[in-house]
Amino acid sequence: MSSSNEIPKDQLPKSAFSRRSLLQSAGVSGGVLSTGLLAEDAQAQGAVAVMSGEVEITLDINGKKRNVKVEPRVTLLDALRNRLDMTGAKRVCDRGTCGACTMIVSGKVVYGCSVLAVDAVGKPIQTIEGLAPEGQLHPISKAFVNHDAQQCGYCTPGFIMATKGFLDRNPAPTVEQIDKGLSGNLCRCGTYMGMKAAVLEAAKEIKNG
Amino acid sequence: MAEYKWPPMEQRKLMGKRIARLDGPMKSSGRAKYPSDMNQPGLLFAVLLTSPHAHAKVKSIDVAPAKAIKGVTAVRVISGPGTEIQWAGTEVAAVSAVTEEIARDAAKAIVVEYEVLTHLVKEENLAKVGPRAKAAGEQITGDPDKAFQDSEAKISGDYGIPVITHCCLEPHGSVVAWGNDKIDFWPSTQAVSTVGGDLAKLLELPATQVKVDCQYMGGGFGSKFPADRWGAEAARLSKESGGRPVKLFLDRATELTIAGVRPSHFAKIKVAGKKDGTMTGWQSESWASGGIGGGGMAPLPYVFTNIPNRRMNHTQVSLNAGPARAWRAPNHPQASFLTCSAISDFAAEIGMDPYDVFLKNLDLTLRADTYRKQLVKGAELIDWKKKFQLGSAKTGNIRRGLGIGIATWGGAGHASKCRLTIHPDGTVEVEIGSQDIGTATRTCITQVAAETLGLPMSAVKVKLGNNSYPPSGPSGGSTTIGGVSSSTRKAAVNALEKLLEKVAPGMGVPPDQLEANDSRIVAKGNPNKAMSWKQACQKMGPTAISEMGENEPRSAAREGLNTQGASGIQMAEVEVDMETGVVRIVEVVAVQDCGLVVNPRTAESQVAGALIMSVCSALMEERIMDQTTGRVLNADMEFYKLAGLPDVGKLTVHMDITKEHDSRGIIGLGEPCAIGGVAAIANAAANALGVRVPMVPLTPERVLAALANRRNA
Repeated sequence: MSSSNEIPKDQLPKSAFSRRSLLQSAGVSGGVLSTGLLAEDAQAQGAVAVMSGEVEITLDINGKKRNVKVEPRVTLLDALRNRLDMTGAKRVCDRGTCGACTMIVSGKVVYGCSVLAVDAVGKPIQTIEGLAPEGQLHPISKAFVNHDAQQCGYCTPGFIMATKGFLDRNPAPTVEQIDKGLSGNLCRCGTYMGMKAAVLEAAKEIKNG
Repeated sequence: MAEYKWPPMEQRKLMGKRIARLDGPMKSSGRAKYPSDMNQPGLLFAVLLTSPHAHAKVKSIDVAPAKAIKGVTAVRVISGPGTEIQWAGTEVAAVSAVTEEIARDAAKAIVVEYEVLTHLVKEENLAKVGPRAKAAGEQITGDPDKAFQDSEAKISGDYGIPVITHCCLEPHGSVVAWGNDKIDFWPSTQAVSTVGGDLAKLLELPATQVKVDCQYMGGGFGSKFPADRWGAEAARLSKESGGRPVKLFLDRATELTIAGVRPSHFAKIKVAGKKDGTMTGWQSESWASGGIGGGGMAPLPYVFTNIPNRRMNHTQVSLNAGPARAWRAPNHPQASFLTCSAISDFAAEIGMDPYDVFLKNLDLTLRADTYRKQLVKGAELIDWKKKFQLGSAKTGNIRRGLGIGIATWGGAGHASKCRLTIHPDGTVEVEIGSQDIGTATRTCITQVAAETLGLPMSAVKVKLGNNSYPPSGPSGGSTTIGGVSSSTRKAAVNALEKLLEKVAPGMGVPPDQLEANDSRIVAKGNPNKAMSWKQACQKMGPTAISEMGENEPRSAAREGLNTQGASGIQMAEVEVDMETGVVRIVEVVAVQDCGLVVNPRTAESQVAGALIMSVCSALMEERIMDQTTGRVLNADMEFYKLAGLPDVGKLTVHMDITKEHDSRGIIGLGEPCAIGGVAAIANAAANALGVRVPMVPLTPERVLAALANRRNA
């Protein structure tokens, strides 16, 4: 149901979205907020036909094809959490504000709560579960542990995916860039101090391979 | 009699070390399963229908349309006809269905008729609350009238701090399955050992039937002790659905509306004193609300409890709004904000540096020496004396200011039991019915057990988060670290003693002359006489050694393992824009003692987190009620504002780790560090602006209004 989603590199935003830029660029896609990227898709595709009842779709998650039955109104986040037992992404605000459900779709950082599952068909989806093989830790996850950038840990997977998307674009960030680049995510326990150090360390680790 | 006291500070190998939290990899890989992640086979989804009215009587309720929807497995009426609803968001009915979407549709299909009654949801203006105000009495000490008559200087100020919510990222709720002879309950909880009994009571079942498991939980901050009505309803939905597991977690709007708040606190405060800064009199007329039950008086005057002449009046205001729950240091942040604001305004009035006024009056506190040292340390860290300038002397559009907040807390360990088992193969497990709410409890317990047994961290397996383990108190009041460390220490000492008895004869050394060290059992003073831990454990035969340890609050202080009485000070530097009213954090400094610190790294994290919570409360957090509809206007995370990475400035945490504090044993930390920050930030803004903004959070609107008031005065 969707064609190519590649965005030319020079059109990629310089930092990850913030809550405000998300709202500014929000388009209506099936009644929920979506990121600018998906809003463009929706416009390109014209109006989506009204459907009801469950449909079977195939999602491309962490390089594996997964079939799942969803109603058209089901968000990508709920499809993953409720139907595929992929619970790394968390549902917190459920309205594209807090970033606990951050994942990467077609190379772009998105809030899983603000993307419809049916809109994600045909697009590569990367979640926290796909970041490192079982038993191993991605350098970002490792850096979060090293700098104690987590307490209750509920926001952590979202922050780590946001960091992944951010460092993919911005491999050698300054602290100011980190502040802005991760401002689309919220933590309640207050772990930002460790996070800043963790993101700096992860950037170095990734660069050194 | 076994010797339980902590090994001397300089001899500790694991306790007091900056050890990484053990469950960090599980959390940062997304593999940690929180209660809201428990996708049990056959899982059903439950949704609540809540009242849109703040005060109403349920006239009728028709659930037939919900029951008719395909996929719905059960519908329950929670607030039947005749029920008087006292706040919007009250649970009226609950539905379970095979998908969450169907459950939502079904909840919406229920038809409820209400008789709408008059409500009150705002308390900021006491003159407008009418009969909902209830005088809570007057306390008088000394002769406040004379103190104010005779004073060389006095101030009178209005101060207010609104209701805020806990806004736990993992909402309140559970997955629950009511089988034939037991209930499996996966709640997001701060109270693993008591929440099962609480659910059993709600369901009128024996406590033995409820099996609780909660390995991880996404934040509670004092709001997640009970099983809650929604927990019980989820269980009943499960039963009515043939025992299939039911997941019921509050949606965000409901979470922010009914799952707990910190009460507001407002006060008109007068302080009298001398021109040298000595305070002689205090008068406060305060009011507070935490919902329908009103709101008690915060401990005023805070910390400076011995101001000689005092009069306090308090009024409770009952509101038709979601009820209060314990919120990290109940009533202390409010008390600290009110008291430290008034003291700082008194300092400004007499043209003194508030730092000097705080120091001058420390004899009015119960811990003058500790606070003096902490204030000096904080001033050094933030470079107070070089930076401080009276608000009246500042010029320019962008101005900086400094402020102080002060804190006190108890934090003695709760009742806790722990079982430590040494297996013949040398492996060690610790079982304890406690919980890790993000405070690194798992890690600290491991440190204590491994330290006591002379083993590396990796040799000890800690099991918690399940009510089949020995009972341990709920994580509230900063009581966990003292409780679980002490019970773990005792269980480990008791188990080790048994092991030493087994190996002593073979080694030819009396058991009390043996010690565990570096994974070996060694004769004291004779390191050549030793055997490896593994060899020693083989001597015990086929049966494991399993011993209990108990922390009993009444005798804990005497034993020296844990005690109470934490002190802390916080200082803030902020920058204000006089044209836009925007307040920005430059730096917040915390100096905090909490006795023996088990893990300075995770302790610092907790303090830094508390500083960020203070930034939220001082600059952005507020539950906003609408008197017309009676509802929370910002029951979401876009307009219920929390600080993000760019908002917090520089955070400096100094754990006051000294031999003197260490010798007091372990004291809880979670709450004391979450008290003084709001005051420090509000005072820094007042210093920068040269005028007090009466109410936090310091929104640009409030800041500009305060500046305009001064111009018009």
